[in-house]
Amino acid sequence: MRTIDLKLVTKKVSEMFIDACQNIPENVLQTLQRARDEEKSPLGKEVLSKIIDNDLLAREKCLPICQDTGVAVVFLTIGSEVTFEGDIHEAINEGVRIAYRDGYLRKSVVRHPLDRVNTRDNTPAIVHIKVVPGDIFKIDVAPKGGGSENMSLVKMLIPADGVEGIKKLVLDTVFNAGGKPCPPVIVGLGIGGNFEKCALMAKEALLREIDDVSDDPIVAKLEAELLEEINKCGVGPMGFGGTKTCLAVKINTYPCHIASLPVAINIQCHAARHKSCTL
Amino acid sequence: MTIKLTTPISPEQVKSLKIGDVVLISGVIYTGRDAAHKRLVEMIDRNEKLPIEVENGVIYYVGPTPAKPGRAIGSAGPTSSYRMDAYSEPLMQKGLKVMIGKGSRSQEFKALLPKYGAVYLSAIGGAAASISETVKKCDVVTFEDLGAEAIHRLEVEDFYAIVTYDSNGDDLFEKGINEYQVK
Repeated sequence: MRTIDLKLVTKKVSEMFIDACQNIPENVLQTLQRARDEEKSPLGKEVLSKIIDNDLLAREKCLPICQDTGVAVVFLTIGSEVTFEGDIHEAINEGVRIAYRDGYLRKSVVRHPLDRVNTRDNTPAIVHIKVVPGDIFKIDVAPKGGGSENMSLVKMLIPADGVEGIKKLVLDTVFNAGGKPCPPVIVGLGIGGNFEKCALMAKEALLREIDDVSDDPIVAKLEAELLEEINKCGVGPMGFGGTKTCLAVKINTYPCHIASLPVAINIQCHAARHKSCTL
Repeated sequence: MTIKLTTPISPEQVKSLKIGDVVLISGVIYTGRDAAHKRLVEMIDRNEKLPIEVENGVIYYVGPTPAKPGRAIGSAGPTSSYRMDAYSEPLMQKGLKVMIGKGSRSQEFKALLPKYGAVYLSAIGGAAASISETVKKCDVVTFEDLGAEAIHRLEVEDFYAIVTYDSNGDDLFEKGINEYQVK
């Protein structure tokens, strides 16, 4: 058995949230630069230039890229040969507290959805734990903003809807969202599983690298087709019209019931912030 | 067209703005988002005096990050405006002329702009660090208990925004998307 010190988890979580909020991943920046070069709308090009300038300024001056530093979403992958003493959730929440205080990040969490009093330290985090064989301990963090999250949905399609039904749902969702989720967006899709499984897969799909290609040929084809079709919808950067509405489509799948075709769409804004680390 | 505006912006100047114009605003603007709007409208309903000057004023929908030492404000990009649709008419009745945020709004909201001679501007969503550079001074005016959602008074210099809905009822989103949509 390998023992993980929870103090180290707290330290890593706090460092990763600050890092994620200030430093756009290099491959996201490159994708934005390519989008700026290819964008046909002059205003769209100007908007993309401003987004890129902002991301570079944030990196240079250690400032949050966006004021919405999000809800703290944490994915843990824990090997069955790993052990730790104490409360892993509390270790993560302490890391979040430190990051949002010392990193000058915005506290965007209310303690109850109906009485809406701010918790003032951005806790609790939303934690997903996966147990796997071996002795791995991997932390992925993703601060997730409200603007793009609000444009997300779960829809229980039926087998007869098929690929065409999925495409129509995605195209309608991105088009109707317009400029609200801060396009160009990244679309995370969970297809299959059941009601809750597809939602989680959609979020996990957003953790994939922006420039990776799925090793499932059916998925890779659908990702490419959807990206092309979304970019014909005309929404463009920040919704002002243009040819770059979407930077990437990421799809994760899982087996499902013979009667169901669950689809979850999780929209990610252009500030696609996530960090990963293995202890 | 790029237009420099200094607050207070006159009603005539507001009416002269057309969709697609880029404006660089200097002067005083107030922040406000969901919770602050709810409180302002409740105060209007109770006939109370508002804590900010809304007549011919500018409200920017933003909840900034805390300022780092040595900076006037933290990162300060726009939030989605549609969440303020339900609160906007009472404020326009009090003379609010300029609202700044991001994203499309309801048809009902858009229809109110010609009636009140008001405009809706967009700042660039997610360009929050750059925008913070144009804020020279920032003070909490009221609703301090709301944290990032408190109403702040900002002194800005060349704050960049794009005229998105003008007082003629024109809509830059509609126009732009029509132009680039592959039908």
